[in-house]
Amino acid sequence: MRAVIAPRRPQRADSDNRNIRLAERVSRIRESGILVVLVVFVAVTTLVKHRFLDASNIQFVLVDTTVFALLALGETMVVISRNVDLSVGSVVGLSAYLSTDLFAQHPGIPIPVVFLAGLGIGLACGIANGIMVAAGRVPSLVVTLATLYIIRGIDILIVGGNEVDASSLPNAFLDIPKDTIGGIPDIAIAVAVVIAIGAYYLRTYRSGRDLYAIGSNPPAARLAGLQVGRRVFTAFAVSGAIAGVAGVLWGAQYGTINSTAGTGYELQVVSAVVVGGVAIFGGSGSVTGAALGALLLSTISSALYVLGISPFWDQAIWGFLLLLAIALDQTITERLTSALRRTRTRHE
Amino acid sequence: MDAAGPDPRDQTRPGAPPALELLHAAKSFGAVQALIDGSVTLLGGEVHALLGENGAGKSTLVKILAGVYQPDGGTLNVNGRQVALHGPAAARAAGIAVIYQEPTLFPDLTVAENMFIGRQPLRQGRRIDRRAMQRETAAIFERLGVPLDPARLARGLSIADQQVVEIGKALSLEAKVIVMDEPTAALSAAEVDRLFEVIRTLKAQGAAVLFISHRLEEVFAICQTVTVMRDGKQVLTSDLAGLTAKDLVRAMVGRELAERPPEAAGAAPGEPMLTLERVTREGVFTDISLTVRSGEIVALAGLVGSGRSEVARAVFGIDRYDAGAITVSGRPLKKASPTAAMAAGIGFVPEDRRQQGLVMDMSVQQNVALASLGNLERGGLIRAKAERAMAADWAARLKIKYGRLTDPVDMLSGGNQQKVVLAKWLGRRPNLLIVDEPTRGIDVGTKAEVHHLLTDLARNGVAVLMISSELPEVLGVADRILVMREGRITAEFSHAEATEETIMTAAMGQHEAAR
Repeated sequence: MRAVIAPRRPQRADSDNRNIRLAERVSRIRESGILVVLVVFVAVTTLVKHRFLDASNIQFVLVDTTVFALLALGETMVVISRNVDLSVGSVVGLSAYLSTDLFAQHPGIPIPVVFLAGLGIGLACGIANGIMVAAGRVPSLVVTLATLYIIRGIDILIVGGNEVDASSLPNAFLDIPKDTIGGIPDIAIAVAVVIAIGAYYLRTYRSGRDLYAIGSNPPAARLAGLQVGRRVFTAFAVSGAIAGVAGVLWGAQYGTINSTAGTGYELQVVSAVVVGGVAIFGGSGSVTGAALGALLLSTISSALYVLGISPFWDQAIWGFLLLLAIALDQTITERLTSALRRTRTRHE
Repeated sequence: MDAAGPDPRDQTRPGAPPALELLHAAKSFGAVQALIDGSVTLLGGEVHALLGENGAGKSTLVKILAGVYQPDGGTLNVNGRQVALHGPAAARAAGIAVIYQEPTLFPDLTVAENMFIGRQPLRQGRRIDRRAMQRETAAIFERLGVPLDPARLARGLSIADQQVVEIGKALSLEAKVIVMDEPTAALSAAEVDRLFEVIRTLKAQGAAVLFISHRLEEVFAICQTVTVMRDGKQVLTSDLAGLTAKDLVRAMVGRELAERPPEAAGAAPGEPMLTLERVTREGVFTDISLTVRSGEIVALAGLVGSGRSEVARAVFGIDRYDAGAITVSGRPLKKASPTAAMAAGIGFVPEDRRQQGLVMDMSVQQNVALASLGNLERGGLIRAKAERAMAADWAARLKIKYGRLTDPVDMLSGGNQQKVVLAKWLGRRPNLLIVDEPTRGIDVGTKAEVHHLLTDLARNGVAVLMISSELPEVLGVADRILVMREGRITAEFSHAEATEETIMTAAMGQHEAAR
């Protein structure tokens, strides 16, 4: 089609230009906000206890973050699509036991095969979640609350009173969290790369943008002809698979795996995601923010430990941060909306 | 009025198939036949109006064209080829773009992404080419002559701008058929002018446009041909030239005007029970002043979306209002408090029985008692006996047909459910009863019973404010009729003065329809 009327030259108000990148700036500010809190926490803690910034402690915090940050990646994909995956903690537990138990059952099994097994276990759980949410149209909160208990139940049935302990695990496996390059744990670098790939995917691929669209306005996504069911299903499958891999890492990190592994992780992960600026009702947020949220929460735990403060404070502070993050997001959204309204009110 | 350019009709070669042809489409939902015989033919380079009263089947027809509903019968031809639309994506692929009254944008995505969601331009490796996307969006906005920024978020866009984005989407799809479902409903006059300019551009470029509006002046301003629907059927298809607004209204209303229910309340009205003085809710309704006296039935007529239900909701305290005053029996009514409204003796039978009027899982008895629990409790506990007695009493008075009082209200027919809602409020012996579409979706017999009930109430001194889209009901039951249009009261008729045509004319815009 060809324009027939002579196009009027658009006249952009200056304020428009200034507000153009507002959206992107806000999300960046949101992420840097977490960084600021992080830096303040680290600085204060270090002033009191210098050993907080020891190489060994930094490594500890980073390794501690890896499992959370990985889980946050999968959870972010799910939350962006206006869903939630509460089963990740149970998936971590099941995968951790079953995969590390392979070392005892099949001595000499290659480590990558164990990771693949963990991924497969998680993927199966994720697919089950995805089918019930996408095809069964059951709210994900209910589905994954149910699978949280079901998967944990299966875990307990299989594990019973047993446990996998470090003596049955190969040293190469137990060393995974300990290897470092220039003081940074290999594993933290690997997870950072995975998160970067995830962030790039969500930004740059149609299927990634579809998730944002679905979370932003589900009926509109259907009207736009997006394959809502398939995308949501995929998000759950990926979240499950990632949780499976995270389970294997958990095993390597702790060395002793019984039927309680990963208990309660789901809420910590959701907290990290929300603190990291992902809207709990979907549509906006980034994987990077969620990973930073995970790092912040791990750092706080570690800081309290180093400072000798009771770990009971841990949860109170997490809860406080959660409220703060939600209040902040609310304010930002309101400000943003009214700013955007002003930029283009068209009663000329 | 035509945009510069060749006469659009030149582009439609004689003998070329219509851009879109829907023939004898039917669609029912359960027992309700929403569309019985929907037919419409759209030619390239032409703007075609689709008119009809509320419930005439226009929206169903639009959703069939959008691929949202699959018709039970009928055929759809696009460019002379028969197609079946299995979903919105199929409609899009067939070159049909639908712009809904409520735009369907993603607030968290940029304008450009909204336009291209699901089909963003790609570069190497199937990655989204953001720059190309923004460039193309900017080019489309330039073509439409609107200074919107492709990189901004859709959040906070005015309805008019959201519609521009939707139209841009249709353009970028190279849609040959563009369906606009009441696009002007939420626009100011200036915005309507701009939209018309855009429509003329589309028309000049050879697109076929289906334009739905309740404003006849707009139809005459922008459309060349018209289809009128009534009761799920196409009743008129014609060139607009030679037709008057009156012709269109008559075609829309259609039914014999003698169909009035037999009685009017006719009791001598008493003291003012409800008074509204210049009540305004920003952007919803403006300067509403009205009085309902005891013993009087006042009807609020008008089209869906004209603000009638919203006025009722403000009176009952569900919604806030920004200016004006509401008094009940001479005393000011507290804002935004249904509790205060109930204490002042107001009962409210809402429009949506299943969602707002009843608790579907609860029993008949519990639903009837719901608004009177204060009278039925002792020491904080509900006296089951008193509840049962009250429910049985009202069920008998209203002739509610039920199995057992403990059956869930879900098991009752629509008409009996409506009686339960009425019983719930009558049990409180209200001074003022607001009923919103009291007989929607219920059978003829029960309808008559409800009408009798309302007139009986009025005779006994209750003030009744009735919102209804059914003109025979309005004409039959009401002592006075107020007509709302676009959030304002535009006309008032006495029982004697009112006819279907005068009401429809007032509801759709006065001077236009008079020409």
